[in-house]
Parts: sequence; structure tokens; C-alpha cells
Amino acid sequence: MLTKLKRRAGQLALAAALSLGLTSTASAIELTMYYPVAVGGALTKIVDGLVADFEKENPDIKVNAIYAGNYNDARIKALAALKSGEPAQTSVMFSIDIYELIEQGAIVAFDDVVKSDEDKAWLDKFYPALMENGKTQGKTWGIPFQRSTIVMYYNKDAFRAAGLDPEQPPATWEELVSMGKKLTKKSGGNVDQWGVMIPSTGYPYWMFGALAMQNGQTLMNGDGNQTYFDAPATVEALQYWKDLGEKHGVMPSGTIEWGTLRQNFLEGKTAIMWHSTGNLTTVKNNAKFDFGVAMLPAMKRRGTPTGGGNFYIFEKSTDEEKAAALKLIKFLTQPERTAEWSIKTGYLGTRPDAYETDALKAYVKEFPPAAVARDQLEFATAELSTYQTGRVRKLLDDAIQAALTGSKSPADALGDAQKQADRLLKRYR
Amino acid sequence: MPAAIFLIAFTYYPAVATLAKSFFSQGTALKPSEFVGFENFEYMLGDDVFWKVAWNNIMYAVGTIPISIALAILMAVWVNGKLPLRSLTRMAYFTPTILPMIAVANIWLFFYTPDIGLLDQVSAVFGLPSHNWLGDPDTVLGCIIAITIWKEAGFFMIFYLAALQTLPLELEEAARLEGASRWYYFRRVMFPLLMPTTLFVLINAVINSFKLVDHLFILTKGGPDNASSLLLYYIYEVAFSFLDQAYASTLTVVLLLALALIAVGQFYFLDKRVHYR
Repeated sequence: MLTKLKRRAGQLALAAALSLGLTSTASAIELTMYYPVAVGGALTKIVDGLVADFEKENPDIKVNAIYAGNYNDARIKALAALKSGEPAQTSVMFSIDIYELIEQGAIVAFDDVVKSDEDKAWLDKFYPALMENGKTQGKTWGIPFQRSTIVMYYNKDAFRAAGLDPEQPPATWEELVSMGKKLTKKSGGNVDQWGVMIPSTGYPYWMFGALAMQNGQTLMNGDGNQTYFDAPATVEALQYWKDLGEKHGVMPSGTIEWGTLRQNFLEGKTAIMWHSTGNLTTVKNNAKFDFGVAMLPAMKRRGTPTGGGNFYIFEKSTDEEKAAALKLIKFLTQPERTAEWSIKTGYLGTRPDAYETDALKAYVKEFPPAAVARDQLEFATAELSTYQTGRVRKLLDDAIQAALTGSKSPADALGDAQKQADRLLKRYR
Repeated sequence: MPAAIFLIAFTYYPAVATLAKSFFSQGTALKPSEFVGFENFEYMLGDDVFWKVAWNNIMYAVGTIPISIALAILMAVWVNGKLPLRSLTRMAYFTPTILPMIAVANIWLFFYTPDIGLLDQVSAVFGLPSHNWLGDPDTVLGCIIAITIWKEAGFFMIFYLAALQTLPLELEEAARLEGASRWYYFRRVMFPLLMPTTLFVLINAVINSFKLVDHLFILTKGGPDNASSLLLYYIYEVAFSFLDQAYASTLTVVLLLALALIAVGQFYFLDKRVHYR
């Protein structure tokens, strides 16, 4: 009896061991990917579709995509998961989080993950402007995926009504002012239509990066430990922004709300708005008037910062997991997939050869505004990103808002911000 | 016993850990956290933004508490009387309390928006110029206060309504027979009898004025230039945008101390004047 039981137990154990072994080979690698959904809804469906395609092609890899609110939420959740020991191998996060993630020891450089020559060549396939935010210390830490720039949306009907050529949007700062004056319509003391609106809540530093670049000035160095907030060209750029409202009267003075700006444009309350390319599809679907998209105007040169999210690979994962994560990222950034992604979302195609695909070629032909962001990449620069990036960004945001609302002069506001940024960044030099 | 375990795990341990953290520097992978004594507190004293949000918070409390309590009493007395559609009116006053703050903020955002917002469209009818309500440092805090009053008054009304219904009717009849005016009756009889409720509501209102910051995320993100930022929102920014847990802990300790002091003060001073039956 006893021996029978023992044998029985032995068989059970064997069966259990076998089945365990079997399952572990069947589901070889499981990847957890955090993904920010800044725009919501449709985006998750597109990502789910791409992931399903990947799993079909790679049955030995299973991908769990975890959607985590905006960029800030995605970063908080991914870092919290890593801290508590939960598995996470890769994530799309804000491209400007790079220094924070390096400082936390959370990510590995792609240079340390790529093995074959083909993979190494893949790193050079993207637009250099989009790689700027992903590179530091001579290594590549982030691969561009969900990327955007700022473009100028303008109401062609309003241009016609003001006697302006709808195919000639302002190309310089002076033209923005002179055309803005023609586009600003007043009845009595009230303004029915403003010439231009540049949002100054939410992401003021981002819009300001464009103005500074147009004036020939970047906001920080490539090592992320030096800012140029009080450079004369930076101060001039802020003065110009302020003057649009207070001196030239083509923009409301005070701050302009990021969240409601698109509505303002769609309702014809402003003839021109500066906004993310990420809005292109929504504006296209909702505008009841003829609208155009153009590059931002130039002072000394054209310029815009890039924006959006990069792929990162987390340090705390096995070599096999890192290789699998790399496989996933490579899959999602193939030219055809990039093209499909760009058409469906309005985000940039991140590599030149994506624009060579038939799908994207046809789309650009049918809807030329889609190419504006691409053409502008030639003049693009990195988005503000430094060590202590949250604090430094807020210093600049506060300085911009202080100047726009008139509580400080542009020179004073930026001077104070620079002083405090220096204090924060000193220990990284 | 199980209750004690949960209390310790979710209340006392975090509080003590926060206090401990406030004496350490923020650790990174490159530089582990170390004991720094009162350095974080010194930094706080020199932090302009801290003083600004602390001042904003005081203005926010002063702006919201008296008005929302006064409105609550007024509404409670009103709906306690005989009027047509009484329960419907009560519900209408209570509705803002039920709505989630984030949803509410999204609606109010479009009230305040210049030109296309409700507020500006109404004022345009009277020929008034449009105003950038949330973009002007002078008006933004007032806008935030208005939303909070709108949101809270209905909630406090419920407590007053409950208290009013326990008041004996004889008192009012007696007062009327004596020829006391309604105002005199309110001032000398009703209001003193409501004091226990007022104390309770007051403590809640004070706590809420430090705790209720959800709408800032949607409406202003503390801007422009911190003109509408409140202490708790600043703590959130420091902890999750600047990723500086140490300084966030320091600010939290200060917030907790301030709240504890206010609560103790309220009980100590007001208790003498509260008439419990």
C-alpha cells in the first residue's frame, strides 16, 4: 500500500515536472512594455494591433503592453514597478527623461545591447534631429517612436478674408507680426479674431525652444549640464513672444491655455496657432474651414524642438529579455510599420526610408500637410532636457509665464532662472 | 487588532517613514542617500516657490471657508423650509458634490476660456471686454476659489440640513410668540445650536483647503508662474515631476504639522464656545 502510494507520488511529481518544463519552453520570454497614452482611445488600438502582429511573427515572445496615462504617469509607473521588483523590460517614455533615467540607473544604452553589424547599422537609420534627445555620453539610450514637432496651423479662409495670399503663410518674425495685424479683427473694444496664438501653459518651455532656436540659440548643451537661459538671444526671443501680445496686439496678452487652444482655432478665434503635429488628424477631422500647415517662421533661421516619446530598454532584465526587447523595437520601427503608424496617428515617420514607402508617399501626396513636419526636421533641435530635468524645466516655465504676465521683465525672469539652474546643475559638471 | 495592523501599515508607518526621509538627501544610482540633518528644511526656507504656494494656500483657505460655510447655512435654511419641489432643490444643491473634481474642472476650463468661454460670452452680451481669467495672475486664484466654493457648499449644506432637522420646533414658535425677528432668532437661537455642526464643518473645510487640488491638474497646473499653485500640488510636483522624494517628504512634514496645529487650535479655542446639548 505504502509503496503504491510512493510510486503514485513519484509519478505525479514527474508529471508535474514535465508539464512545468514544457510550459517554460512554450512561453519562452515574456516582455512587459509600459506605454503612455497622451491622446487616448484610438492609439491603444493601433499599438495593440502592432503588438499582435509582432507576436504572430515571434511566437516565442509574449508582450504585455501596459497603458499608463500621460508621459509623467508612464514614467512614475514604470520606475515604481522597477523599484518594487516587478518585471518591465521596455517602455516608451518622454524623450527628455533620458538624464533622469540614466541617473536612476534604470536604462541601458542600445550600444550595449546591439550585437550584429546589421543592428548597429539600424541605429543610424533615424533622422539625426530625432536622435539628439536619445544620445548623451557618446551613446544611444533612446530610439525615436512617438515623435512630433511644433508646426503652424493657419486658417486659409481668414487669410483670404484679410486680403492675404493663403499659400504664403508668414515665413519670418516680421511677417508674423505684419500679417498678424491684418488678421486681428476687432469690433469695438473686443477682438473677434486674433492674429496668432502660441500656447504658454502646459509646455511653455517647448514653444519657447522654437523661438530661441529661430533666434539662433539652443537652450542647453548636449551633456545636459548647462543651460543658456540668460543668453542675449534667449532674452530677445522671450521679448518677441511678449511683444506679440503687448506691443503688437496680435495675440492675447497673459498666458494662453494649451488645452483649449485647438478649440479656439477650430472656432475661428485665432487665425494662426502654433501646436504639436500630434493635433494634425484631429484638426483635419474637425476644421469647418480651409486650413493649412506650415513650418514655423524664422528670425535668424527656422527652428523647432522635437517632442514626444522614445523607446528605452531597462537595465533590470536578462540578456535574453533585452535581446527580445530589441527585436520588438526593431519590429515596430521598420519603415513600413513606421509609415502605417505615422498615417494613423499623425506622428512623424521617424526615419527617411519610411517616407519612401508607397503607403506614406501616397498619403503625403493626398494630404501635403503631413510632409511639413518632416521637412522641418532639417531645422529641428533637441527638446529641453538636462539633469534634474523636472526642476530645470519648471524654472524656465515659471520664467516664461512671469514675463508673459508682466510680473518680471524677460531679462530678469530668465536671469533668475539661469542662476537657479546653475545651482542645480553644478554638481553634474 | 486587525484594525491596528491596517492603521500601522497605511497610516503610522508612512507618516514615520516620511518624517525619517525628510532628514536624508535624495539618493540616485550614482549617489546613495545620506543623512543630512535639517538641510532639506533649510532649503525649504530659502525656496521662493514654497513661500508663494504657502501664501496662496492661506488665501485659498480664507477665500473658500467662510463663504462656503455661509452659503451652506443659507441653502440649508432655505431647503429646510416649505417650498415646492423641495427634494429636487436639495438634490440640485448637492449635485456639485457628487461630480468628480476632474470632470468638473474640465467643464469649468471652458467657462473660463477667453473669448469662447461661457463667462466671456455672457459678459460680451453686456459689452464688457474679454478677460483671460486663468492666464492672469491676479484673477486665477479667485477662479480656483470660486470652483471650490461651488463644489463644497452643497456638501456642507447636508450637515447643516441634518442639524436643522433636529432643532425642536417649539423654539421657533416660542421665539415668534415673543416677537423676535427671524434674524434675531437665527443669531441668538439657531446659530448657537448649530455650533457643533459648524465646528465639524470648519475642520473639514480647513482640511479640504489643503487637500483639494485635483482641479489644478486640469485648470492651471499651478500657473501662471505659480500664481495658483497650492502646497499639496507643489508636493506632488516635487515628488513626481522633480523625483525628489526627500524634499517632498520635508514639505509633507510641514503640511502635516500645520494641519495638526490648526486642528488642535480649533478644538482648544472653539470647544469653549460650542454648546453641546
